[in-house]
Amino acid sequence: MGGPTAMLRPEEEKMFEGQPRGFPFGDFDLEDVMLPEGEDMGIPSDTDEDNQEEEISSESGFGNVLVVDNLPQVGPEKYEKLTAILTKILSGSGRIREGGLFHPVDEASKMSKGYAFVEYENVEQARAAQAALNGYQLDKAHKFAACLYDEFERLAKVPDAYEEPGERVFTPGENLLDWLTDKRGRDQFVLRYGDESEVCWNDAAKQQEESVYKRSFWTEAFVEWSPRGSMLATVHRQGVALWGGKSFERLQRVGHPNVQSLLFSPCEKYMLTFSEFPAGPQGRPHFLAIVWEIRTGKRLRTFDGPHEEYAVGAMARPDRGMRWPAFRWSGGGDAPVLLAHMKANAISVYQAPEMTMLDKRSIKMENVQDWEWSPAAPDATLAAYQAEQGNLPARVVIMKLPSREELRQKNLFSVAGITMTWHPQGDYLAVQVDKWTKTKKSTTTNFELFSLREKDCPIDMLELANKSEKIQQFAWEPRGSRFALLHGDGSRPTVSIYNMKDNKSILSIYNMKDNKSSARGVTLLHTMTNKQCTSLHCLNRLHMPTLQGGHNGVVEFWDCEEMTLLSAGEHFMAQEVAWDPTGRYVATIVNAAAAMENGFQIWSFSGQPLYKTAHDRFFQLNWRPRPPSLLSEEKQKEIVKSLRKYSKRYEEEDEALLAQADTEFLAEREKQLSEWRNWLAAKKAAVEEREAFAREQLGNRVSAHEEFVIQQVEVSVVLDVKEEPAQKL
Amino acid sequence: MRPYVLQGHTRPLNQVLFNAEGDLLVTCGKDSNINLWWTDNGVRAGSFDGHNGVVWTCDITYDSKMLLSAAGDSSARLWSMETGEELFRYRFNEPARACKFSVGERQAAISTDPFMNSVSAIRVFNIAEDPRDMLQTGPDEVITLTGPRGRITRLHWVDNNRHLLSSSEDGMVRRWDVETGKVLQEAQLHDKQISDMQMSVDGTHFITASPDRTSKLVDTQSFEVLKEYKSAAPINSAAISPIFDHVLIGGGQDAAAVTTTAAKAGYFEARFFHKVFCEEFANARGHFSPINSVAFSPDGTSFVTGAEEGNVRLHHFDADYFTTNWDRV
Repeated sequence: MGGPTAMLRPEEEKMFEGQPRGFPFGDFDLEDVMLPEGEDMGIPSDTDEDNQEEEISSESGFGNVLVVDNLPQVGPEKYEKLTAILTKILSGSGRIREGGLFHPVDEASKMSKGYAFVEYENVEQARAAQAALNGYQLDKAHKFAACLYDEFERLAKVPDAYEEPGERVFTPGENLLDWLTDKRGRDQFVLRYGDESEVCWNDAAKQQEESVYKRSFWTEAFVEWSPRGSMLATVHRQGVALWGGKSFERLQRVGHPNVQSLLFSPCEKYMLTFSEFPAGPQGRPHFLAIVWEIRTGKRLRTFDGPHEEYAVGAMARPDRGMRWPAFRWSGGGDAPVLLAHMKANAISVYQAPEMTMLDKRSIKMENVQDWEWSPAAPDATLAAYQAEQGNLPARVVIMKLPSREELRQKNLFSVAGITMTWHPQGDYLAVQVDKWTKTKKSTTTNFELFSLREKDCPIDMLELANKSEKIQQFAWEPRGSRFALLHGDGSRPTVSIYNMKDNKSILSIYNMKDNKSSARGVTLLHTMTNKQCTSLHCLNRLHMPTLQGGHNGVVEFWDCEEMTLLSAGEHFMAQEVAWDPTGRYVATIVNAAAAMENGFQIWSFSGQPLYKTAHDRFFQLNWRPRPPSLLSEEKQKEIVKSLRKYSKRYEEEDEALLAQADTEFLAEREKQLSEWRNWLAAKKAAVEEREAFAREQLGNRVSAHEEFVIQQVEVSVVLDVKEEPAQKL
Repeated sequence: MRPYVLQGHTRPLNQVLFNAEGDLLVTCGKDSNINLWWTDNGVRAGSFDGHNGVVWTCDITYDSKMLLSAAGDSSARLWSMETGEELFRYRFNEPARACKFSVGERQAAISTDPFMNSVSAIRVFNIAEDPRDMLQTGPDEVITLTGPRGRITRLHWVDNNRHLLSSSEDGMVRRWDVETGKVLQEAQLHDKQISDMQMSVDGTHFITASPDRTSKLVDTQSFEVLKEYKSAAPINSAAISPIFDHVLIGGGQDAAAVTTTAAKAGYFEARFFHKVFCEEFANARGHFSPINSVAFSPDGTSFVTGAEEGNVRLHHFDADYFTTNWDRV
C-alpha cells in the first residue's frame, strides 16, 4: 500500500521538505538512529576538545546540596543523638528540606561514616550554610569541612602535590587581516544556506564565487562579521564563537546560553551578547546582556532584569518586549568606547573597559523616547528625542560625551513621532518630524536637518510639496552631502503586494550644499515620479542609489551626477540588496522567505549582471567589511589623480587572468569530453551485442526499416473531361 | 522554426512518443484520449478511442503496426495503428501505468498500481502473432513481478529481454529477472518519485527525471550516476538526443502551485543541457504550465513537449542546430 512518503498529500510533502528521507518516520528503531559510541558522522563538535579543561556551570540539580565531612564516627547507640545535634547545627543557617539530611551508616561496622549530605530549600541557603559551617568546631577532635555538592567533584580532583605550571609557549596566531592582502583586491562574503556556512571570494573577473572556507553546522542561528571584518561570529546554544585568520581558526568563545543577538563595538574590542526570555510561568519578561572583552574573553559587565526598566519609548515593542538593539556602542576611533542604553527619563552611559557608569550618574532627560549615537569617529555624540510633556515642548538634543556638552537643541510642538537618521560620517543628522494637524486626525511631515560640521550646528527645515505624504525611506549618501527620500501614499505598502503596483511614489534627491553659491541650504536636485519602488540603496562614493521594484525584482542603477538611468536589470523575487564594502559590486538576494528562486546575483556598480548562484534554503549573504583606510587623505587624493596609471596595470593583470581562466575552463571541458568518450568506448561490446540481438528479434522488420526510401512520386489524376469544339479561326 | 501547437487534448498530457521512423507521433493524456499525428506538418492522423480513464503511457511496435496503451481504467489495450481499431484488451483490478514491448515485440510488460488490497506489480505477457487470437485464448501471462511498494512509473527491457528496468515512486530504479521474478539490483537515485526514465539509443545509459529538481544520467549496467542536471523547479520528463550530446528536460512549478506564481517563475520552458558539461545552453518557451513529457524524434531533427495545459508543441530544429559545434560553445 505505498511507502510512507507515497501517502503524503502535496501540502504535507512541502512541510517535510528538507527533512530526512522518509520523514515523518513511521516505524524505526531508536537503536538505528543512535550514533555509535565515538562516532560523530564527520561533524566536529566544538565541545569535545575542551570538556576536560573546563566544566561549564554544572546544572546537576544538586546546587542546594551541601556535603559536611569530619563528623564523629559513632555506633548505633549514639547515632540518634548525633543526628539530632547535627540537625540543629545544620538548620542554623538555612531550612533543611523535609528528609533532606542523609547521614549514612556503614553496613558492616554499624558505625556512622563520618559525613552527611544536607539538602537545603534553595541554593542561596546552601551557600550560606557552607560559609557558616566550614571550619565549625564541634569538639576538639572534629572540625567540620563543608562544601557544596556541585563543587565536590572539582575539589576531589585537585592533586595533593603542587605541580609547577609549565611555561606556556606563545604561538603567534594567524594574521586576522589576511584577506586584505589579496593580490587582486577582491572582497569576501559569507553565505549561509541549508546546513552550510561558506566564506567565498567574489571573483568578479571570472564571474563566479571562489570558496575559501566551508563548514557544515558552523552556526546554529546566524553568522555575523565584526565591524572591521577581522572576525566572524557564529551563534550557538552555548554562546558565541569568533573565528578568523586564513584558515578560520577559533579565536575566542564566550558562554551565554541561548544567546539571541550580538553587537560588536565598532573598534572590535568589545562585544555585547543578548538574550531575552518571554513572560512565562517563570514570571515577567526579562533579559540578559553580557559585555565581553573579545581578546581575553573576559566578562566585563552583566545587565539583566525585567524588561520594563529598559523597554521605554521607542525601545518598547508592542508585545512589551525590548527592541533590539536597546544597547548601543558609540562610534569607533580612538575616543573612549561607550555603551549606552535608555531608561525612563534618562540615558545611562558606560565606559569600556571598566564598564562603570560615566560620571557615576545617568544623563537625565525627561520623557526621553528615542536616541541614536552618531556613527562618526572620533567624538562620541548622541542625539536624543524627548517627547512633549504638559507645557514642555518636545525636544531634540545633540549632546557630546563624555563632556555632556549640548551641541544643539531644538524645540518642537504637537509632535506625533520622530525618526532620526545620522549621516554615515556623522556630518549631518536628519530628523523626520511627524506633526499632528489641528484636528489631530492626521499628520504632516517635515525634516529638520542639522549640519554638525558647521559652526553652531545650524538647522535647515525641509518641507515636501505635499506635507501629508508618507515617507517610506530616507537614505543618506555614504560619503557626501546628498540624501534620497522615498515618499508617497500607498496604503499599507508592506502588507499588500498589489497596492505596491499602483503606488505612485516620488523619489527626490536633495543636496545639502548649493554648488554655485556655496551657501548652505537644501536644494532639490531631481525628482522621479511614479516609480514602482520599494527601497533605495545608496552606494559609496559613486553616488548612485539603486531602486528595487515590487515583487518582480527590478533593480535600477541611477547616476546621481547626471541624473540618468545607467541600467536596469531584473532579479526575479529579489528581496534584499547589499553593496560590497568598496562599492564596486552589489548583490541581490532571494532568501528562504521565498519558496523558490533561492540564491543571489552579483552586479557591477554600473548594473551589469555578473553571475548568479542558486542555493536551496538560502538564508544569508554578508559582505566582509573592510577596516578604515590607513592612507592619509592626501595620499588617497593623489591615487585618485593618477588613477589612469594604475588602472592600466590592473587591466593588464585582469586580462592575463581571464585568458588563463579561459584556458583552464577549456581544458576542463576537454577532459570531461574525453572521459565521456572513453566511457562510451568501453561500452562498445555491449552495444554491439544489443544491436545483434535486436536484429535477430526483429528479423525482417529491421531490414524493411533500413530499406526505407523517400521517393517523390507525381501522380496525375483525371478529374473531369469536357469536350469543347475549337473555335474556328 | 515556429513549433506546431497540437491541440488535441482537453486535459494534461501524460506522454508524447515518436514511432521508430519518426513520421508519427502518439500523445496520450488525462482526458483518456490517445491521438496520432503526422510529424512533418502536425496534422492529426487519427485517434484511438475507447479508454475511459487516464491514459498513462503508450508504446509503439518497431514496424508501427501496433500500439500498446496503459490506462487508469484498469486496462491496457492493443490497437491497430493503421485502422485505430482495438485489437485486444488486458483487464486488471488495478490501474495500469507503464507499458513496454520487449525487443522483437513477442512480449509486453505492463505495470499496475497498488490499489485496494493489491500491491504494485509488473505483469509480463506473451503476445500472439495476431492479437485477435487472444480474444479466444485469453491473455497469456508469463510472470507477475511484485515486491517493493510504490507505483512503477516506467519500464524498459534490457539485457536481451532477460531483464526489466523499473523506475518507481520511491525514487528507486530496479533490475528484475523476468525468468525468476527476482530483483537483481536496485539503486536509490532520487529523493522523490521518478516520473520519467528514457533510454539512450545505444542502451548504455538512461536518464531519469524527478520532482526533486534533478535529472540524472545513469549507467544501465552499474546504475552509477554519470551526470546530474539541476533545475530550479520539479522535473517531470527528460530525453536524450539520439545524435548530439544533448539532453532535454521538461517540468515546472508544481501544478497545484501554478496559479500562485507568475508564468515566468514557473520554469515552464523545455531546457536543453549539454550531456557532458551539464550546462543549460538553450530553452524553448511556449507552455504556460508544467511540461509533463518530452521526446526527441529518432533522427534527432525534432522534439516534442506535452504539458499540463493540454497543448503539445512539436518543434523542428533550425539548420544552425546541426551546424553548431556544441562542444565548443
